[in-house]
Amino acid sequence: MRSRLAHWALSLLLPAIYAADASAEYGLNMPRGVTDVSHSVYDLHMQIFWVCVAIAVVVFGVMFYSIIMHRKSKGAVASQFHESTTVEVLWTIVPVIILVAMAWPATKTLIEMYDTSDSDVDIKVTGYQWKWRYEYIGQGVDFFSNMSTPKEEIYNTAPKNENYLLEVDNELVVPINKKIRFLITANDVIHSWWVPDFAVKKDAIPGFINESWTRINEPGIYRGQCTELCGKDHGFMPVVVRAVEQDEYEAWLLAKQEEAKATAELAKLTFTLEEQMKRGEEVYTTNCAACHQANGVGIPPAFPALKGSSIALGPVEKHIELVVKGIPGSAMQAYGGQLSDVDMAAVVTYERNAWGNETGDNVSAKDIVEFKNK
Amino acid sequence: MSAVIDSTNNSHSEDGHEEHHGPAKGIARWLFTTNHKDIGSMYLWFSFAMFLIGGCMALTIRAELFQPGLQLMEPEFFNQMTTLHGLIMVFGAVMPAFVGLANWLIPMMVGAPDMALPRMNNWSFWILPFAFTLLLSTLFMEGGGPNFGWTFYAPLSTTYAPDTVTFFIFGVHMMGISSIMGAINVIATILNMRAPGMTLMKMPLFVWTWLITAFLLIAVMPVLAGVVTMMLMDIHFGTSFFNAAGGGDPVLFQHVFWFFGHPEVYIMILPAFGVVSQIIPTFSRKPLFGYHSMVYAVASIAILSFIVWAHHMFTVGMPLFGELFFMYATMLIAVPTGVKVFNWITTMFRGSLTFETPMLFSIAFVVLFTIGGFSGLMLAIAPSDFQYHDTYFVVAHFHYVLVPGAIFGILAGVYYWLPKWTGRMYNETLGKWHFWLSFVGMNLTFFPMHFLGLAGMPRRIPDYALQFADFNSIASVGAFMFGTTQLLFLYLVIKCIKSGEPATDQVWEGAEGLEWTIPSPAPYHTFTTPPEIK
Repeated sequence: MRSRLAHWALSLLLPAIYAADASAEYGLNMPRGVTDVSHSVYDLHMQIFWVCVAIAVVVFGVMFYSIIMHRKSKGAVASQFHESTTVEVLWTIVPVIILVAMAWPATKTLIEMYDTSDSDVDIKVTGYQWKWRYEYIGQGVDFFSNMSTPKEEIYNTAPKNENYLLEVDNELVVPINKKIRFLITANDVIHSWWVPDFAVKKDAIPGFINESWTRINEPGIYRGQCTELCGKDHGFMPVVVRAVEQDEYEAWLLAKQEEAKATAELAKLTFTLEEQMKRGEEVYTTNCAACHQANGVGIPPAFPALKGSSIALGPVEKHIELVVKGIPGSAMQAYGGQLSDVDMAAVVTYERNAWGNETGDNVSAKDIVEFKNK
Repeated sequence: MSAVIDSTNNSHSEDGHEEHHGPAKGIARWLFTTNHKDIGSMYLWFSFAMFLIGGCMALTIRAELFQPGLQLMEPEFFNQMTTLHGLIMVFGAVMPAFVGLANWLIPMMVGAPDMALPRMNNWSFWILPFAFTLLLSTLFMEGGGPNFGWTFYAPLSTTYAPDTVTFFIFGVHMMGISSIMGAINVIATILNMRAPGMTLMKMPLFVWTWLITAFLLIAVMPVLAGVVTMMLMDIHFGTSFFNAAGGGDPVLFQHVFWFFGHPEVYIMILPAFGVVSQIIPTFSRKPLFGYHSMVYAVASIAILSFIVWAHHMFTVGMPLFGELFFMYATMLIAVPTGVKVFNWITTMFRGSLTFETPMLFSIAFVVLFTIGGFSGLMLAIAPSDFQYHDTYFVVAHFHYVLVPGAIFGILAGVYYWLPKWTGRMYNETLGKWHFWLSFVGMNLTFFPMHFLGLAGMPRRIPDYALQFADFNSIASVGAFMFGTTQLLFLYLVIKCIKSGEPATDQVWEGAEGLEWTIPSPAPYHTFTTPPEIK
């Protein structure tokens, strides 16, 4: 503890020196990252930082020299000089030269970052309020990634785990040493997809697709967050990427494809109300509880209550329609393209029977398919 | 400062310097006044009230961020606090404070009897309390206040906004009208009402910086009005300026907003450059070094401010060429800004320095604003900006240029001219305490934010991962220190008005300029006959 405090004091006194070495441990500096591009970005960052430090030493040096030596209390008598074209020209030109020297490597790195050609893997990343969707283009793999930190940890009723707020239910899995291209967009408002270790940050903008790319050198789990204010739960939509060897990646991809098939099979089965409620509660907690709250009372007026609501207690078809199609122009998304038919049926069933909404309705996947086919 | 004139100036007008009549009695004086000094005082008091309200919001934010987890509020309320804190500090605290200084000082510095358009002056001020009442009232409405950040990016601020956004839009329109009228007044005064012999290149630098600021205001406030009107149309009249589903473009919003927004940040700093350029020569007992280059530097900064806006948008996916253009243009701003810093320091070099409170705030301004400039230079490098963008590094950067920049500039100015306004000296010991507590509190708050941002903490989040905990608690402690210290300033000003030692006419040994040739406190009417300029 004491050494930690000492480190700390040092870090406040000598941020520059400290930032350069012990950075990783205390999170004082930008991570160097795990891609060639992130290394170039880190180097640029350190270069400009040291340039600033050098200028600061000179400029503040002169200033503090004056403050110490030229004070009236020491009997300093003011000179009256107040103009020198030579000096003015000099301190205009020298900074220009320094800036040109900085601009050169920055331009090179930027050009490299913008070259998204010849990718090996293409992944579409879509920002939703408040989760990410990853679609592996041409692979038939498509899933959502929600923050998995429990409410109890956020509201301080349970101890926080080490990856607090930076953990998800479904990680983005990618192979190392391959050029991965991200196609980034959004479904509702603007989000921003950021993984510091890749030096990739790109805004996800509804109606437009941005491109970015990375080639990861080391396997590992890399964490980031949404970096554009996107509403209530902006602070709770982390990005987690697991980078693995190519063969592990292929095995994972295969398993995901099998999983999708199995879910489709489930739609043919029928479930009891009890089974439906159990699945429905899980789906509800992941997808609906952020706004409508775990107890179904919502946060009116922006997020209406479901408990005792006319939708949850009214005709089934209307209820399904609302969940499938959403309410355009509001935070209520169209879940038709997000949830499987089984999950959709379960969550509608759950909403119609939880919190005293005792309609007794058991909506099946078949009902959902029928509605969608109408 | 208003109370000053209440308590001292009435009696003072009986002394009868050169004025023909004193102010009206009671509330009517403040409602109907066309006197630049009264209006200046009202602007300054209004701005201080907004500074405290915006400050309370900042402390609310820092209290929630003291520890990880959600303790005091829900994310919706947190977002309203960050949004209103930004809006109130920018439009309610910093801008009106500079207009207040302009009102008080420009006529006295150029030897004019009053502002050129006194009735409009009254109106520009009196719009503000209504605009901010409207804005703040949204907090108590159904759905809550604006929660989309002070930059109000569409479509979060249009399609997905609470209904109260319409009040916000109307409030912004009113602030804009007020600012434009204030700017017109400043330009009309400076260009038409200078005393004979006061050529442009003889004007004090504060007047120069305000002249240029006023042109910036006239150029960009209509752009802000335009962008909020487009929002209004999207929300209520079915247009799709910013809605991709209707053929619009959310990024268009950001281009229009930042075309206003970047010059806006210079609007908030140029008058502070002016204030500091008055103070440093006074306490160095040496003329300002490089007066001409200072004027040209401010003009260059103003011009460049129109061609750098998209550096706020490096991550929106601009084409490579656009990215490069805005990177180079932004880096270029470092040149004239550097010239200004070098000139201030050379002014101090081989001077005869004393360190009264205005000088302390000015020196801190130069050092800390320069640190903010350095981080600005780092942010200009587009590839690194991808890592800094929308993190606490940016929060640290703009608070370094706004708190020790704009706010310290204003405080320095208030200390410097307070004896002239009130006729009384403030308590120097208390002033020094105010300075040092503010200085330490401010650095404690904002310096750790550099580390937080570099380590990966995004801005505008109500809760954060555990590795950010230590620096966040330090920042919160610093914020409460800085915030409560400002109450000391309030006490100091009131004490000065009520019972300060009488001030001399020149007040400061090294002070030069027309405002120091008139009595302290400045009579209700000054320069009814133009002074003679040597």
